[in-house]
Amino acid sequence: MLLLRDLSLRYKIPLRAVVLVLITATLLTAVQVPRERDELQHDLEENARLLGITLTQNLVVPLIQDDVWRAFELLRSPLSGVDERAAERLPFALVLFDRDLRVMASSDPARYPVNAEPEALPRFRGIAPWVRASPTLPGARPLVVDENTLALVLPVVADGVTLGHLVLGYSRDGMRARAARLVQQSVIYTLALLALILPLTWYWGQRTARPLIKLADGMAQVGAGLPEDAALDLEESGDEIGRAGVAFRRMLYELRQKEALEQEVMVNERLAAVGRLAAGVAHEINNPLGGMLNAVDTFKRYGGDAEQTARTLSLIERGLLQIRDTVSALLVEARPSGKPLSLQDFEDLHTLVSADAHRQRVNFDWHVALPDVPLPLPATLVRQVVLNLLLNALQSTPPGEIITVCAHITGEYLSIQVINAGPLIPPERLGHLFEPFAGDHPRGHGLGLWVSYQIVQQLRGQIAVDSDESGTGFTVRLPLCHEED
Amino acid sequence: MGEPATETGFSLRRRRTLQALGCLGALGWARAGADEPIRFGLTPVFLDDQVGFLGRWRWYLEGRLERPLQFVQRRSYDEILQLLLEGRIDFSWLCGYPYWRHRHRLALVSVPVYEGAPLYRAYLIRHAEDPHLQDLNRLRGRTFAYSDPDSNSGYLYVRHRLQQQGLDPATLFGRSFFTLAHRRVIEAVAVRLADAGAVDGYVWDVLSRRAPGITDDTRVIERSDPFGFPPVVASRHLAPTLSESMQRVLNGMHRDTDGRALLAELALDRFETAAPDLYEDIGRMADGVA
Repeated sequence: MLLLRDLSLRYKIPLRAVVLVLITATLLTAVQVPRERDELQHDLEENARLLGITLTQNLVVPLIQDDVWRAFELLRSPLSGVDERAAERLPFALVLFDRDLRVMASSDPARYPVNAEPEALPRFRGIAPWVRASPTLPGARPLVVDENTLALVLPVVADGVTLGHLVLGYSRDGMRARAARLVQQSVIYTLALLALILPLTWYWGQRTARPLIKLADGMAQVGAGLPEDAALDLEESGDEIGRAGVAFRRMLYELRQKEALEQEVMVNERLAAVGRLAAGVAHEINNPLGGMLNAVDTFKRYGGDAEQTARTLSLIERGLLQIRDTVSALLVEARPSGKPLSLQDFEDLHTLVSADAHRQRVNFDWHVALPDVPLPLPATLVRQVVLNLLLNALQSTPPGEIITVCAHITGEYLSIQVINAGPLIPPERLGHLFEPFAGDHPRGHGLGLWVSYQIVQQLRGQIAVDSDESGTGFTVRLPLCHEED
Repeated sequence: MGEPATETGFSLRRRRTLQALGCLGALGWARAGADEPIRFGLTPVFLDDQVGFLGRWRWYLEGRLERPLQFVQRRSYDEILQLLLEGRIDFSWLCGYPYWRHRHRLALVSVPVYEGAPLYRAYLIRHAEDPHLQDLNRLRGRTFAYSDPDSNSGYLYVRHRLQQQGLDPATLFGRSFFTLAHRRVIEAVAVRLADAGAVDGYVWDVLSRRAPGITDDTRVIERSDPFGFPPVVASRHLAPTLSESMQRVLNGMHRDTDGRALLAELALDRFETAAPDLYEDIGRMADGVA
C-alpha cells in the first residue's frame, strides 16, 4: 500500500485508469452474463418449439401409418451432418412416443430403442413423468428441466386426437458450454478493449502527470538554492497546475528578494560588529589601565616606603599582564600563562574593583571559600572572566546596593557566582547576552560577556545567567580536572 | 417368355379388362411415336440411388436402342408395379415375387447373372453387437425391419421361414416396419432402429464391398437357398419389337466395353434370357404364406 502511495503519478494515473476499465468490464460482464444465459435458454426454448412443431406436423402420417422408418428419417434429419458447435444448439435426441407411450422411433435408436418405455431411457428418467402426464397437460408446455437435461414434450395431434408425443432432449452441458464461451468472449473483448485503452490511458496519464512532475522537480531544487527562472520548465496553462506554477514562480521571486536583503543586512552587521569589537578591545585594555593609573596616582600622592613601592609595581605588572592576556584571548588562540589560580587572585580582583565600588558607593559581599592551594585553572583567564562579571555588576548596580560574590568548590567544579541587585534583564535580551554586540549600556562595550563566554568555553565550563526583579546573577562552573588534552 | 400354361384362372371379365388395357397401351404407343421416351421403372432390387450410374446407364441404353429413355423411380415396389400393369411404364427391373404374382400380365425380358448364375439369396441380418440373435426364435419381442411387402428377400422369405417354424409374425415381434428399400433395412439394423432385418443378399454383398461402413455394423444370421434374380420385365401391352430390342441390348451389354463397365458397377456378370419357372420357388413360398 505504501509502495503504491509512493508511486509516481506517471504510473499512478494510467494504473487507475486501467483499474477503472477493469472494474467497468467486470461489472458489465457480471450483468451481461446472466442476461445472456437467460437469453440462451429462451433462444433454446424458442428453437425447440419451432423444430418440435415442424416435426410434429410431419410425424402425423408416419404415426398413423406406423411407418417407423419414415419417422426415424424425420427425426434423424435435423441432427445429421451438423458440426459440434451446431450440435450444441440442437437436441441430443429426438424421441417419438406412440399412443402407448413406447418409443416408436428416435434419432438415436441405439440409446433410445424402439418399443422402450420412457423410464428406461438414459437421461430421460426425469422426463418420464412428464411424458406420462403429457396427455393431461395443457397445450403450452414449458421446458422441463432435469439435472442435466432440458426437454420439450410436444403432442402429435391430428384432428384433435393425440397420436403420440415428441420429446426434444437438450443437454445442459451444451448450454453450459455456450455460456462458458460467452464468458470467454467477454473476457477476450475486455482484454482487447484494455489493449486499446491501455496505451491511450498511458499517454493521457503521462500528459496529465508531466506538468506536476516538472513542478515537483522545480520545487525539489529549492533546497539546494533558488533555481533561476530560465532553469524551470513549467507548463503554462489556466488549470490548477498552471496556477500552482505561477504561484511557485512568484514565490521564488520573493525568496530571491528576501535573500538579497539578508545579504545586505549581513554585510552591514559585520561592519558594525568590527566596530564594536574595536570598542570592546579598547574597553578591555582600559580597565586594567584605570587600575594601574589609580595605583600610580595613589603612589604619587602619598609617596611610600619600599613596601608600598613594591605593591604598586606588582599591581602595575599584573595590570599589564592582564592587558597582554586580554589581547592574547582576543587573538582567537588563547595562550594562557602557566600560572595557576590561587586565593591571591580573588584578593587582587577585590582590590582592583574596590576603588570603583567605593566611588559608586556599592558594597561587596565577598564569600570566597577556597583552599589556600593553587587550583588547576589558568589564573589569567579566570581573573578576566570574574573581572568582567564584577565590572558588569558594578555598572548595573545602583548606589547603595550590594554585589554578592561567591566562590567555592563543588565536587570536581569551581563554582563562581556574581549577583547584583540591578534591574531585571528582559527575557528577550537574556538569550542574546553572550553575543558580541549584545550590550546596550550607555558606556557600551558589549564585548565583556562575549569574551567571558569564549574563555569559559575554552575551559570547557559553563556560564549561565538568571534574572528577576531582585537582581541578576551570573554563575560560572569550571571543571577542575581541566588540563591540556 | 411365351404364354404361361395356366391361363384358366383368368375370368372373362379380367380378360376383357386386359384387352381394353392392351388397346389403350397400343393406342398410347401409336400416338407417342418413335420420339416418345421409353419409360423404364426401377425398384430397389439393386442400389438404385446411384444417380451418376443411372445417368451413364441411360446414356448407354439410349445409344443402343436409338430411342430416348427415362428411368422412373417410385417409393415402393407396388407403385412401380401398378404403373407397369397400367402400361404407363414400359419396362421395370422388379423383384421375382411381384413378377410371379403377375406373370400372366408381364413379359420376362431379361435376368441378371450374378456370380455365374441368375440367382441370389435372401439374408437375415442383425446388429454386430447383438451376438445372441442367431435365429428367428430369438426375435421374440424385438423390432424387425422388412424391406417391401412386394419383396421376396425383404418380406416373403422371412414370412415363409417364420411359418415353417410355426411362429406368428403378428405376435412374435415387438414391432416391425417396412423401409421400402434393402439399403435402408441394412441402415436401420446398423443404427439399431431394428434389431434384425430381411434383406436382398446381392444388395448386402455389393454394399459390403462398396460402402463397408454400413454393413460392418451388421452380421448375416441366415442365408436362404438361391432364388431367381429380380428380372427386367415388360408390360404385355408393349410392342414385341421394342421388348425384343431391349432384350437384345441388355443381353449384349457384356459384349462391349461400356456395357461391361456398367455391369461391373452393378457387380453383375451379364443379362440373359430366362424362363418364368426360374421363379417357381418364390411362387411356392408365396402360395404357402398366403
